[in-house]
Parts: sequence; structure tokens; C-alpha cells
Amino acid sequence: MSQTTSKSERPVVRRGDRIFAGISTGAGILILVILAGVAVFLTIQGIPGIAAAPDEVKSGTSFARFVGPLVFGTLYAALVALIIALPLAIAVALFISHYAPRRVAQVLGYLIDLLAAVPSVVYGLWGREVLAGQLVPAYRWLDENLGFLPFFAGPFSATGRTFFTAGVVLAVMILPIITAITREIFLQTPRLHEEAALALGATRWEMIRMTVLPYARSGIVGGAMLGLGRALGETMAVAMVLSASGVVTFNLISSTNPSTIPANIALQFKESSGLTINALIASGLVLFIITFAVNFAARWVVNRRREFSGAN
Amino acid sequence: MAKSIDVSDLDIYYGDFLAVEGVTIPIRARSVTAFIGPSGCGKSTFLRSLNRMHEVIPGARVEGKVLIDGQDLYGADIDPVAVRRQIGMVFQRPNPFPTMSIYDNVLAGSKLNSKRMKKADADVIVERSLRASNLWVEVKDRLGKPGSSLSGGQQQRLCIARAVAVEPQVLLMDEPCSALDPISTSAIEDLIHELKEQYTIVIVTHNMQQAARVSEETAFFNLAGVGKPGRLVEVGQTTKIFSNPDEEATEAYIQGRFG
Ligand SMILES: Nc1ncnc2c1ncn2[C@@H]1O[C@H](COP(=O)(O)OP(=O)(O)O)[C@@H](O)[C@H]1O
Ligand SMILES: [Mg+2]
Repeated sequence: MSQTTSKSERPVVRRGDRIFAGISTGAGILILVILAGVAVFLTIQGIPGIAAAPDEVKSGTSFARFVGPLVFGTLYAALVALIIALPLAIAVALFISHYAPRRVAQVLGYLIDLLAAVPSVVYGLWGREVLAGQLVPAYRWLDENLGFLPFFAGPFSATGRTFFTAGVVLAVMILPIITAITREIFLQTPRLHEEAALALGATRWEMIRMTVLPYARSGIVGGAMLGLGRALGETMAVAMVLSASGVVTFNLISSTNPSTIPANIALQFKESSGLTINALIASGLVLFIITFAVNFAARWVVNRRREFSGAN
Repeated sequence: MAKSIDVSDLDIYYGDFLAVEGVTIPIRARSVTAFIGPSGCGKSTFLRSLNRMHEVIPGARVEGKVLIDGQDLYGADIDPVAVRRQIGMVFQRPNPFPTMSIYDNVLAGSKLNSKRMKKADADVIVERSLRASNLWVEVKDRLGKPGSSLSGGQQQRLCIARAVAVEPQVLLMDEPCSALDPISTSAIEDLIHELKEQYTIVIVTHNMQQAARVSEETAFFNLAGVGKPGRLVEVGQTTKIFSNPDEEATEAYIQGRFG
């Protein structure tokens, strides 16, 4: 019988394990350091902008009044984009994962992934030069038939460079990421559970509703939040499509539009100096915080029904 | 309610691969029929052709006739979805829906049939089905908990409850005990005894004692040879198959002399 010695006995650790643990810990710490660095920079540079008096900055107002409409515009644009993109992304992902023949599914998957490779400037140009003009008839129709809703109140923009157009462009830009994530999750639905549903006499769509969608729920939320995060930070689509005036309005088809934080920074930065720059950086800090909040909200939603997630 | 099944000369394919060849077998109503045979001889494949689950695999198809109380299961006007609502299935690995509570798991099939169900009716179905599968006492105080919170044996009985909740005419079970401990296995065997009063039951099992314990009739499947399709060697009363089978191969398999 071997006796346990009281000498400091270390458990055996393989070198590969130790190296890998070191690398992954290091990478984790590096991300935290970068994140902290960005936050510190934004805070230090931003505080003078927040504290600046109205007559010291170009906007001529207090920081709250300056950033408030931008926050509204940012959230509203991202939300419009998400409302357009999410159902479409889910439908495309379901088609790829559960309806299309394998060959078609693969090609479609590649095409969607390609959408993600297009630079955002190109989307901005396309939105301004092509899409805007083509949507004008739709805006006329909305104005005439649904004009009583605040979203579609006239007069509609004759150029088509509206908040809705910007939302569509943003939606196209976030479509690939949401589709890719939801598609992967849909494909992971255990065959076992799909067959359980089919054996009960579920049609394919009922099977999807009983197993695939509930199983994918947290993945859908995650994908949507990633898309939302991207839409929140996206600059070019909004900067190029809109001639933003910084108003606060829910109107989607008018020619006077809210702006967003990133678009505003991009458009203003070059011509700014002094405390105005600090104010712009402070608006960046606000965006940083919003994005953080969105991610935390996503986590919370995902965790809330963990018990039923199929992960156990 | 319970219906008999008549299969004649059934060939079952995966694409071009003929997995099971020429099965002819009568299956009596209100009795338990066991399928035994070595792995890979097509027991599961054949079982799944009885409720048209076989064809959910891309390229899978059958040739031949399956009659349920005289009606052609593979007739041109038969909707496979409707078939599966009347022929329930329990799988080898317990597969309750992890995203549903115990309560909703039991109701999953019933909800497909009638979208709007009164709470009182639903409660009745849930209690009746869970009692029928001997699970009621164990779960009645936690019906809202996820189905995946149960033990393996309980999960399998939940799956049986889910299958009987829609009062099917036939219940197909594919090695329902192979992932379970002996106590859960015996609970499920007791359950099969009770269920056969009402249902036509077909059970695939690897366990010969189990076949002897639970079934009235036994069918022995075997491979015709290496690389050849599976086929039905013989079918008959369980007592006869286990004491005095007609075929040499059956006797060899049952006595464990199998090559
Ligand atoms: N999804 C499938 N695709 C192709 N071949 C399959 C599939 N499932 C089973 N088979 C083949 O069919 C034959 C019978 O398998 P199976 O019915 O699972 O046997 P058993 O249940 O008796 O062990 C085997 O040769 C197996 O490889
Ligand atoms: Mg099998």
C-alpha cells in the first residue's frame, strides 16, 4: 500500500495543458485590457465635452441636449433595421437548414456570407444612389394610405433618402450575421427531438415550432443582439443615406431625419476642434455604454430560461 | 381502437441500399409482438416503416404492402402525418422535449390535433396519460418542471405518456429499455403489460428475457449474410419460438450460439 506523503504533492499537469491554459488566459486578459483602455480613453477625453458650456461647443447646447436626439436616432435606426432583418434572417436560415435541398442550401449559405464581405461604404452608396430612388413610390403609397400613422405622415421625401431607407440598408448589412448564427443553431437541433415531434404527427412546420425554434431561442436572441450591436455602431449607411438634421421624430418617410451617434461623429469630426471634439468623444462613450447595456440585456434574456434551454 | 397490421413482401431501402427484404408478417391487435435479432439486421428500419417514419430520412423508401385493419398504409391518398398521429412511437433514447415542461410534453401530440383545448380537458389528459405510464405519483407535484429534469427511466415513461396521450391505435417501441437501469426497465415492462389491454404493441428488444417476459408473439430477424439485406427468419408464439423454433438460426440465436 502506498502511503500519502505530506510533502507538497502537485497533481500531474501536462505541458500542453499548461501552455494552452496560459494562452487562453492571456487572450482573455488582453481583451479586458483593450476594453478597459477604450473605456478609459473615452471617459478621460469625454468628460471635458460633457462638462463644456453651451457656448464652447459647436452644437450650442448642453451635452444632454446634444446627445439626446442622437441616442434616440441611434436606437431607432437599429430597431428599424432589426425589425426588418430578424424575420427575414430567421426565414432564410430555416429555409437553408430545414427546407432547401442540400445543394441549394449550400449555395445560398455562401451567398449570404458574401453579403458580409461587402464594405459598408458600398452599401451606403447603393442605399443613396439606387435604393432610395426605388423606394419613392412605396413612400408615396404609404403616405396616401397609412399617412394617419405617425410613422408614415407626409410629406414624404421626394429623394427617398429617408430613415426607412437607412433602416433597410442597415438591415441588409446585419442580415448575414443574424442568418449565419441562427442557421448554425437551427442545424444543431437534436435529430432525436425532431423525430419525436414528427412521430407525434407534426407537419414539418409544426416540428419546427415544437423543437427547432424553442431550442434555438437563446441563439436567436444572441444573433439578434449581435446584429443590433452592429447596427448601433454602423456609420456609413446612415451617414451616406440621410441628410440628417438631428430632429427627434418617429417619421420614417420624411426628409428631415434624426441622426445617429456614429454617423454624427463621422460627419462632424473633421470640422471640429477643441471641446467640440471632446463632446463627440463623449457621445462615443454613450454609444459604448448603450452597446454594453444591449449585450447585458441579451445575456439576461438568454439565461432567464436556461432550465428549459435543452442545454441539460 | 387497437388495430392489427398485415405486412406483405415489404422491401425497405435507404437510397439504393436495400436494408430489409421481403418481410411478410401478421401483427395481432391487442397483443405484444417482439422483434429480436442481431444489430444491424433492420429491426429499427422495419419498425419505422410501420408508421411511415422511415421516409423522413432523405432517399428512404419502401416497396410492398402494409395494411392497418385492411387499409393500405402506403396508399396514394394516405397522409403520413395522419398515420403518425394514429401510430405512436417510443424511441431507444428517451427524448422528451427539453424546452417544454412535463405537462406540455404530455400534451404535445394532443395540441397538434386540437389547437384550442380547455384547461380542464388538458388536465384530464395529462393525469390519465401519466397514470397510464405509471409516472403520475412521481411527478404530479412538479408538472411545470422541464421534462429533462427527470431521470432516464422517468423520461422514457414520460415519452410513453406522450405517445399514449393521443390514444393511438398502435404503439411502436424501439428498444425502449436499452438506456435504462434494471428497476426502470422492470417498471416499463409492467407498463407494457397494462398497455396491451388497449393497444397493439410492437417492441424491438435486444434482451431475449425481455422478449420472453412481455410478448405474445416473437419475430426473429437476421441478416441473410454479410453485406446482404436483413430479413424475417420466423415469427410465431413467443413460447414456441423460445422452446421449439422451426429454424436452426433462431435456435442458435436464442441459445447464444451465434455466428
Ligand atoms: N439513416 C440510415 N441511412 C442509411 N442506412 C441506414 C440508416 N439507418 C440504418 N441504416 C442501415 O440499415 C441497416 C439496418 O439498420 P437498423 O434498422 O438500425 O438495424 P437494427 O435496428 O436491427 O440494429 C443497417 O445496415 C444500417 O447500416
Ligand atoms: Mg435498432
